[in-house]
Amino acid sequence: MSAILEVENLRKWFPVGGGLFGRGQKQVKALDGVSFTVKPGEILSVVGESGSGKTTLGRTVLRLAEPTGGAIRFEGQDITTLSRRALRPLRRRMQLVFQDPFASLNPRMSVERIVAAPLIIQGGISRAGRQERVAEMLQLVGLQPHHAERHPHELSGGQRQRVGIARALIMNPSFLVADEPVSALDVSIQAQVVNLLLELKERLGLTILFIAHDLAVVGHISDRIAVMYLGRVVELAEAGTLFRDPRHPYTEALFSAAPIPDPTLRRERVILQGDIPSPIDPPSGCAFRTRCRHALPACAAAVPPLREVGPGHFSACIRDDITLQASVSTP
Amino acid sequence: MSTTTQLLPATPADEALPPRNTAWRRFRRHRLAMLGAAIILILVLGSYAGPYLIPYNDTYIDIMQRFAPPFSGAHVLGTDELGRDMLARLMMGGRISLAVGFTAMLISMVIGISVGAIAGYYGGVVGSALMRFVDAVLCFPTIFLLLALAALIDPGVTSITLLIAATAWMDVARIVEGQIRALRERDFAVAAEALGASDRYIVFRELVPNAVAPIVVAATLNVAKAILLESYVSFLGYGIQPPVPSWGNMLNNAQIYLTSAPWLAILPGLLITLAVTSFNFLGDGLRDALDPRMESH
Amino acid sequence: MEAGSGDILLEVEKLAIRFRTHGGESAAVSDVSFCLKRGETLAMVGESGSGKSVTSLALMRLLPKAPLCTVSGSVRLRGKDGGMLDVLSLPESRMRAVRGDNVSMVFQEPMTSLNPVQTIGAQITETIRLHRPMGRRAADEEAVRLLDLVGIPAARQRLTAYPHQLSGGMRQRAMIAMALSCEPSVLIADEPTTALDVTIQAQILDLLRRLQEQTGMAVIFITHNLGVVAEIADRVMVMYAGRVVEQADVVPLFRQPLMPYTQGLLRSVPRLDLAGRRTGALSAIRGNVPDPRRPPPGCAFHPRCDFFVGGRCDVQAPALDVTSDDRQVRCLRWSEIAA
Ligand SMILES: Nc1ncnc2c1ncn2[C@@H]1O[C@H](COP(=O)(O)OP(=O)(O)OP(=O)(O)O)[C@@H](O)[C@H]1O
Ligand SMILES: Nc1ncnc2c1ncn2[C@@H]1O[C@H](COP(=O)(O)OP(=O)(O)OP(=O)(O)O)[C@@H](O)[C@H]1O
Ligand code: SF4
Ligand SMILES: [Mg+2]
Ligand SMILES: [Mg+2]
Repeated sequence: MSAILEVENLRKWFPVGGGLFGRGQKQVKALDGVSFTVKPGEILSVVGESGSGKTTLGRTVLRLAEPTGGAIRFEGQDITTLSRRALRPLRRRMQLVFQDPFASLNPRMSVERIVAAPLIIQGGISRAGRQERVAEMLQLVGLQPHHAERHPHELSGGQRQRVGIARALIMNPSFLVADEPVSALDVSIQAQVVNLLLELKERLGLTILFIAHDLAVVGHISDRIAVMYLGRVVELAEAGTLFRDPRHPYTEALFSAAPIPDPTLRRERVILQGDIPSPIDPPSGCAFRTRCRHALPACAAAVPPLREVGPGHFSACIRDDITLQASVSTP
Repeated sequence: MSTTTQLLPATPADEALPPRNTAWRRFRRHRLAMLGAAIILILVLGSYAGPYLIPYNDTYIDIMQRFAPPFSGAHVLGTDELGRDMLARLMMGGRISLAVGFTAMLISMVIGISVGAIAGYYGGVVGSALMRFVDAVLCFPTIFLLLALAALIDPGVTSITLLIAATAWMDVARIVEGQIRALRERDFAVAAEALGASDRYIVFRELVPNAVAPIVVAATLNVAKAILLESYVSFLGYGIQPPVPSWGNMLNNAQIYLTSAPWLAILPGLLITLAVTSFNFLGDGLRDALDPRMESH
Repeated sequence: MEAGSGDILLEVEKLAIRFRTHGGESAAVSDVSFCLKRGETLAMVGESGSGKSVTSLALMRLLPKAPLCTVSGSVRLRGKDGGMLDVLSLPESRMRAVRGDNVSMVFQEPMTSLNPVQTIGAQITETIRLHRPMGRRAADEEAVRLLDLVGIPAARQRLTAYPHQLSGGMRQRAMIAMALSCEPSVLIADEPTTALDVTIQAQILDLLRRLQEQTGMAVIFITHNLGVVAEIADRVMVMYAGRVVEQADVVPLFRQPLMPYTQGLLRSVPRLDLAGRRTGALSAIRGNVPDPRRPPPGCAFHPRCDFFVGGRCDVQAPALDVTSDDRQVRCLRWSEIAA
């Protein structure tokens, strides 16, 4: 099966500071050499701490941010440098759901208008046809017909997120980037949206790049997981493998820090010392070494490449000689 | 691929919504703004329908009835130095003044919104160049600019309107630029781009509607400003030329009779003040009514 | 957790909070009762708008004044002399001393509660000297000790740092240091880790636990993350639409939740320790969180409840029942459901 999305050595640097004509300007390396592929019909999750570049990744692969370097291939076509006009027909097939369901809906527009926007923009459908499609989509995501006339501020958070999902799906995309679609929602509503995404994947064969920081949700929804740290993918594996046999110390720490909703399981944690370093001056070599309990002097020497450590399991740590704490015991 | 199946239990039908039109309700609570709106309505109706309802023509000269004071005879508001009916002249003058005000506002809005939207949306070199130009023009005292321009060209209703518009669009451009610059970073603008929308769609269908509140307020205040400017320029003799009446040139005319026939100055002066104040009140009311932060919970 | 009555630090009874807004008067919180023992951590969980923050602000007497907001019920807090203070009727001047001295608070977004134009050191020493007679020098030393205590590296140098020069986790530590400066017996932490990353959250939770062991202070920990609750709480209070719907020790609550909302909540969170074994759909609670200004009649949870019985649940407002094993539950049918 050929990949739906291939990302190769993707870089996105943001210039920051600096005076007139860019003197003394520095670069935030939000993405610094990210490579992975997404297979049709799978949910690939991206996890990592705040500032690790998850949102930037999601927006860059959709060409909503200009890549600084590298290549993006969507359905076999190189889209790294396509013009906006040339991208337009492709936008029907790749869509985005935002983290903040309120900010991503135009407050001046009715739900009907918001969900119909892709049809209006892409054109070629009558007004009646549009209305019908919108009604179908609202039903698909579990909204009532009367919600169509509402404005975003008249909806609850969960309902707004459904509107965002309906808008993203109305053109029947094959690929969806979901940027923390449940983070802003109440706990009891999160499960509804997670279930909806899983159902959509099953029924419509949707491929999803799922961005999140809640490991439990990620563990539940993903086929494969990519762990990011400071603009790089440090580990990538099948979900089950990653939780059972993490190979990067950062993955271990991330798992260990995640609280488990079972008071009988309070455990010894690997508590990371210190904060995530500034992406402007990341540490040399392995960016994680300043917080890593397994770090060796050699870790500072060069950026460890992402190596295959098992079938379909990649890790960017030079130490093969350590055993890390698994998040789940082997069944 | 069937997409009509419902995948989630529907959300239950919600309780009644809070009443809509909260902006209108907030506006109605604003007494002065309501008063302003009423006065504007009366002025507009009076100027446009009024001349058909009174027996005098504004250009009819009645030498026998010069300087008739108000409430003294057949002429309710008196007559001027040529015996022309003041009420008729004020009504016709109102037509001109209000028309100049509204038209200048419309033109300045179109220019201001376009420049502001382009500068705010594209930013970068184009944006800053445009805005620096706006700032430079703004630094020029308006009256000075207006008089300088008016001295150069042939004064008339059209040219004066264009001139006023040319001096009034910069504020709008600034407001719109700021709004658009802030709005284009918002997720819903990115969402539109992700749908393949053109720049024009994003700016005019997504962003500008979110800036209507400040734009409407600026528009209202611009009408007031334009009326005032027209009066001012006409008062100085560079504006609308007699015999076409405008509130400003009526005031100019009245100068020499200030002591002998004060009503010639008081009446147009009063109307100018009334119109300008009313538009300002209206603007204040709209500002409060359209401000989403005033959204009552 | 056997304890004499002298170990009770805070007693809240029938607390009710009403707000007056444009749309009229609304009850933000009603019938909230609980008590807090020395060294105990009480977790308050609930969805957005369920009244967690408002309750904690009432304990600090930090809500808007009378016509805008009315608070009734009783809040009794143990003073440093051992007697109980009636918080709701203390004069404002006394209350100012009580805040910080007996009970203090840490907020979700440290950036909004720290003064951006004052150094961390100045803010901490100011708080210290407000409550304790102490010279500038001594207060500085104390501030260094506190920053050290909360695990800020190079504490002495940090005294001159401004809030924006610290990371989110460090700011939260500084807030905690400030809250601890007068050794309060009760610390209220309102979602102190919600804005932080999991690795930083783990640091802060660990810190709070250590501090509690050292000082024996009681903590009210507000969160909506059930994982965090399981991690740190001794007792849990679940809020829904402004009411306590269930209260129990942490292990029994997670093992056998009684109230249908708690049950649904626990079922709807995916578990990390089961991750990667696709377990099918999560069992979501259907429907939406009610508008707290217009809660449904009867049991506020009834439109979303699987055990709903028409004519009962939507008519009769359930009272907070006390079970034989000293748990509290607000549901008309809990005993039938448990059976
Ligand atoms: N427009 C921008 N200009 C400058 N820096 C940026 C910009 N957008 C993002 N960054 C920087 O890039 C880095 C990655 O940001 P990004 O938003 O992708 O992180 P994230 O992983 O999505 O974090 P979060 O979990 O907080 O959403 C951060 O250091 C951020 O400050
Ligand atoms: N100053 C206020 N005036 C009017 N209503 C208020 C005020 N403060 C809070 N409320 C209302 O009281 C209710 C409870 O709010 P509260 O902030 O306690 O919720 P919460 O449980 O802390 O939610 P979150 O998880 O979002 O922090 C809400 O309906 C809120 O709208
Ligand atoms: S009272 Fe009724 S509706 Fe409320 S939780 Fe119990 S069973 Fe459900
Ligand atoms: Mg992000
Ligand atoms: Mg709160």
